[in-house]
Amino acid sequence: MIQLEEIMTILSNEKIAADVYKMELSGNTELVSMPGQFVNIKVPGFYLRRPISICDYEPGKLTIIYKLVGNGTDAMSKMQAGDELNMLMGLGNGFNTELSGEYPLLVGGGVGTPPIYGLAKRLVAQGKKVSVVLGFASKQDVFYQEKFSELNENTTGGSCKVYVATVDGSFGTKGFVTNCLDEIEEISHYYACGPIPMLKALIAKLDERQKDIPGQLSFEERMGCGFGACVGCSIDTKSGYKKVCKDGPVFMSSDIVI
Amino acid sequence: MPDISTVLSGIKLDNPIIPASGAFGFGQEFARLYDINVLGSFSFKGTTLERRFGNPTPRIAECREGMINSVGLANPGIEAVISEELPELKKIFHKPVIANISGFSIDEYKYCCEKVDKEDQVGIIEVNISCPNVHAGGMAFGTSPDAAAEVTAAVKSVTHKPVYMKLSPNVTDITAIAKACASAGADGISLINTLLGMRIDIKRGKPVVANKMGGFSGPAIFPVAVRMVYQVYEAVKLPIIGIGGISTAEDVIEMMMAGASAVEIGAANLTDPYVCPKIIEALPGLCEKLKIEKLTDIIGKAHN
Ligand SMILES: Cc1cc2nc3c(=O)[nH]c(=O)nc-3n(C[C@H](O)[C@H](O)[C@H](O)COP(=O)(O)OP(=O)(O)OC[C@H]3O[C@@H](n4cnc5c(N)ncnc54)[C@H](O)[C@@H]3O)c2cc1C
Ligand SMILES: Cc1cc2nc3c(=O)[nH]c(=O)nc-3n(C[C@H](O)[C@H](O)[C@H](O)COP(=O)(O)O)c2cc1C
Repeated sequence: MIQLEEIMTILSNEKIAADVYKMELSGNTELVSMPGQFVNIKVPGFYLRRPISICDYEPGKLTIIYKLVGNGTDAMSKMQAGDELNMLMGLGNGFNTELSGEYPLLVGGGVGTPPIYGLAKRLVAQGKKVSVVLGFASKQDVFYQEKFSELNENTTGGSCKVYVATVDGSFGTKGFVTNCLDEIEEISHYYACGPIPMLKALIAKLDERQKDIPGQLSFEERMGCGFGACVGCSIDTKSGYKKVCKDGPVFMSSDIVI
Repeated sequence: MPDISTVLSGIKLDNPIIPASGAFGFGQEFARLYDINVLGSFSFKGTTLERRFGNPTPRIAECREGMINSVGLANPGIEAVISEELPELKKIFHKPVIANISGFSIDEYKYCCEKVDKEDQVGIIEVNISCPNVHAGGMAFGTSPDAAAEVTAAVKSVTHKPVYMKLSPNVTDITAIAKACASAGADGISLINTLLGMRIDIKRGKPVVANKMGGFSGPAIFPVAVRMVYQVYEAVKLPIIGIGGISTAEDVIEMMMAGASAVEIGAANLTDPYVCPKIIEALPGLCEKLKIEKLTDIIGKAHN
């Protein structure tokens, strides 16, 4: 029997970009097994829980990054160190790191970036030569690019090269994540999390470059429960109807029709 | 120790707690979390003749003290439920289960009931004539007394198992529907299904769920459910499964006092996956506090 529900204590909750907050919490993280999994947070005063990706975790500590988009995330942004949050831990499948090959490409768009960080950390630890491309609207929205770069300082032989694109050109390359891809020499596998238009553009661009690079995509959908009970968040795949919360949120791109 | 067992059409339940159809799948997700044999029973996901994706997404919206779903009877279809889900369920759940059946025509209801009739694991057939999320059929059968009676008679003709008709609250007079089901031979009444509701995203100026409207459930609808159970208890002499907004042991007692012999719990399982075992644990203590020796003694107590 699994105790999915954990009471986590907030260690810090700080703004790291325009409307974007990073929250660190202490508590039991034993149920988290893979980067790309998420937690479902009971925000006091709201009926449904809020699904948020796990950005980073270690025994006893969890990091999430969230954007203030509505009343629930607004309430979260006002919480303080010492406050407690009830969450369902370690939900979803997460990214499969065994398929990465030597030269994985990781792509994060906006608040699709957090799960990509945990993944980059894991792949670098496995000695992989990781390329990360992050896309944001503008300079004020950019976060975590130094954290990704810091992963370069390691003893595993792995590396992490970071490229940033902003739509208005105020930081990094002007344009979209796809504008950075030409700089990357080798891609053995790709992982992406971000808005659907970004995923579509990415797939098209990669297809132009070389047919059939295998990849994994992380999806978002409105959820009732987050653990597979209500069938609120279905997605139609080439191998049948799937639940985003339980069978995903990560799917093989070859399995997806978008 | 107070006796919290109850009875539905001759089937003894260890307690009145039954997860409602659509909030518990086919039990597997919850069996990972706790021993689901602590439950009185559970009602499995609404099953139709054909496999269904359901409505387009998004199909969940939040409400104050509740939620809207427009899942639209997403299910693997009756054949797969019988050949795959039930055998898997048998391994983890050793009590009679409630088979929740939906249809788009009288024949479809009949076909599905005939199929589940042959399954030993099924104790009760719950016939959903109240789904607000499908265009043809579904709720249409539950909003006219004649149609409700027709479905009841049709399914009764193909099964010997107890048939509970699950009613829609989206009607002017719930007692007329309940009476029609009773005279057509129903063995019990389950109520309520969700209230038809809607949310609009004010930033986009568009409905939140793709299907525009959906079924509203959760604590916010509890008073409506209590009122309807109370009315139906006076209208028909059939056992009632009280459903709608239940999330605490106190709610269970209140619903039983209105006239329910057992209760189903839906949305609360989604926000707190352990809510049912928590309520089952809390019930004996609450009974003691209220000086209830036998839970069945309070069924319909509010009518005296
Ligand atoms: C698997 C998964 C991982 C996610 N990871 C992150 C993350 O790491 N960082 C981050 O900032 N956001 C993430 N999101 C999106 C996040 O869940 C929503 O932004 C958040 O729920 C909005 O809540 P709110 O109360 O502020 O907004 P409101 O619009 O007021 O919320 C109303 C309801 O809609 C739901 N909802 C609104 N937007 C979304 C959405 N995009 N996806 C799912 N449900 C939504 C809410 O949960 C709530 O039930 C993730 C979503 C999913 C499904
Ligand atoms: C996500 C969801 C799916 C549901 N699916 C079904 C269904 O398939 N068949 C059915 O008879 N009722 C279905 N219902 C209705 C519930 O069984 C119950 O009648 C209703 O939600 C009221 O109870 P609650 O307030 O405890 O949720 C569903 C409810 C929810 C929230």
